[in-house]
Amino acid sequence: MSLKTSTLPNYTSRKLVDRLMRGCVFIATGLAIVPLLLIIGYVVIIGGGALNWQFFTDVYQPPMTAETMDSMFGAPGAEPGAIDPNDPFANLDLGALTGGTADAGATPVPGQEGAPTAEEKGADILEAEARGGVLHAIVGTLLVTSLAVLIAMPIGILAGVFLSEYPANPVATTVRFACDVLSGAPSIIVGVTAYILIVNAQGADGRPLGFSGIAGAIALTFLMVPTITRTTEEVLKLVPEATREAALAMGATTWYSTFTAVVPAALSGIVTGVMLAFARGAGETAPLIMTVLGSNVLVTSLFQPISALPLITYRYTESPFPSENTLAWGSAFVLMMLVLFVNIAVRIATRNRLKGR
Amino acid sequence: MTVTSTTNQHTLTVRGLKPYYGKRLAVRPVDLKIEANKITAIIGPSGCGKSTVLRCFNRMHETVLNARVEGEVLLDEDNIYAPDVDPMLVRRKIGMVFQQPIALRTRSIFENVAIGLRLSGMTNQHQIAERVEASLRSAVLWDEVKDKLNQAGSALSGGQQQRLSIARTIAVMPDIILFDEPCSALDPISTLKIEELLVELRREYTIVIVTHNMQQAARISDNTAVFMVDTDDGQPTGVLVEYNPTAQVFTNPQDPRTEDYISGRIG
Repeated sequence: MSLKTSTLPNYTSRKLVDRLMRGCVFIATGLAIVPLLLIIGYVVIIGGGALNWQFFTDVYQPPMTAETMDSMFGAPGAEPGAIDPNDPFANLDLGALTGGTADAGATPVPGQEGAPTAEEKGADILEAEARGGVLHAIVGTLLVTSLAVLIAMPIGILAGVFLSEYPANPVATTVRFACDVLSGAPSIIVGVTAYILIVNAQGADGRPLGFSGIAGAIALTFLMVPTITRTTEEVLKLVPEATREAALAMGATTWYSTFTAVVPAALSGIVTGVMLAFARGAGETAPLIMTVLGSNVLVTSLFQPISALPLITYRYTESPFPSENTLAWGSAFVLMMLVLFVNIAVRIATRNRLKGR
Repeated sequence: MTVTSTTNQHTLTVRGLKPYYGKRLAVRPVDLKIEANKITAIIGPSGCGKSTVLRCFNRMHETVLNARVEGEVLLDEDNIYAPDVDPMLVRRKIGMVFQQPIALRTRSIFENVAIGLRLSGMTNQHQIAERVEASLRSAVLWDEVKDKLNQAGSALSGGQQQRLSIARTIAVMPDIILFDEPCSALDPISTLKIEELLVELRREYTIVIVTHNMQQAARISDNTAVFMVDTDDGQPTGVLVEYNPTAQVFTNPQDPRTEDYISGRIG
């Protein structure tokens, strides 16, 4: 009998099917990474190109300077660039910025005959270089997301400990199910809920509490807690039962055994869960639209509407001004790098601390 | 540390012990008396409930979900299953070393031993350091680790980790130490070291060891309890078939099942 080929009736077809299936798997894998490569490629190339020093140090600037405005409308006294820092909505409506004239220039509607001068000067805006930066959004994202992590971390970790150490009781079963449902819930629903519960709630003075960084942080907390809880539970379950027993056999209480033996053994996994939650929170847009609203000025108070990177990415992408589109790419890039940076930093910080000693 | 003390003589008396998993009786009622400062071996085939019985001796059995115990276990005169007894205090008096060596991963070698002392409320750093050294010496580990007490406990070899577990257990000065197959995850050399250590520890502690290694039981134990698997209501149930001095169990067994087991015919 030859070892090089066979006369078995299904020999050829088996070989063929094997090749075919292997080919399918390769192709599917290739297709799976196409979106990833596209996203990273676009953001790095276009977004990375938008970066400069001003991008990180400056807040939002309208696409036009006061000088170009003056030359356009011949109104030397007008100060359209001045923004009232106490009015976060001052610059939200980009149309209002140039008194409606910019609309014609920026988005020329076919069939509508604009004055030739306006068209010409509108072209200036379209060709204007990107100005200003996104410092306000970086600060906003860091503040809101950090506050959300601070709230969600203790709740999520302690709930995860409960689920893993006291697994079989009606409360644990319900919470586990609720977490699974909530972690798959569309984030806009979370946003609407936070809007009704917090933004729309009546304050002590009878007026709605209004949009604020805190409302955004709480909305993000809703999204983070299930992730942290379930990750914590899963990694704690991986800790060998023997570790718990060793501590219990020393005469430790369950609490002591959990927090001195079990949790430290699973620490890196728990940190990963928190990181996942941070990354998810930092990238959420829908809940923030409903809660923090956004702002074009640097706000450091969590009691006011505040900006955030995903929010300005969304708003500036919609903007008719190419310079603002550039800002959107840049902020997308910064958001990606922020998540990556925090991830790496925490991993380094929580690497096995005893190894190096 | 290894000074023979006449005051440290503790016995365990087991009366009608019935360990349950849920509704299922795991072992038929057990009655035996563990003698002071002797090594008592518990042997038997897999599934005969020898570990279950051992875990009843320091109330570890009930940490398993739905597991419970009926009957009495007396440490000297006191029933550890009396309603007002705190299991945590029982476990401090009756220590336990497990099959898998446990070096608490995120703790240094020093802290692995000191954890029990801190648990029992000792705060004086000097005292703790002294006791850790004494325990590591007793566990014949001191010379190997004295220069790296701050390294992670998990960096030690399996045999060293098992001696570290023993050091951790004896640091709190229990009355009785239970060993649950302490050598089955170890190589022969490490096993030999642990066996020598057990014989040494017998001077100060009453020792109960579960082992599936009959030669080990014959080598180091003074008394041997033999468990077998029987079937009650279609469920395998453990049963204590013989409890006698080791020499007698291995040369002149009283029960035919013991003879079959030690001669290799069953199990």
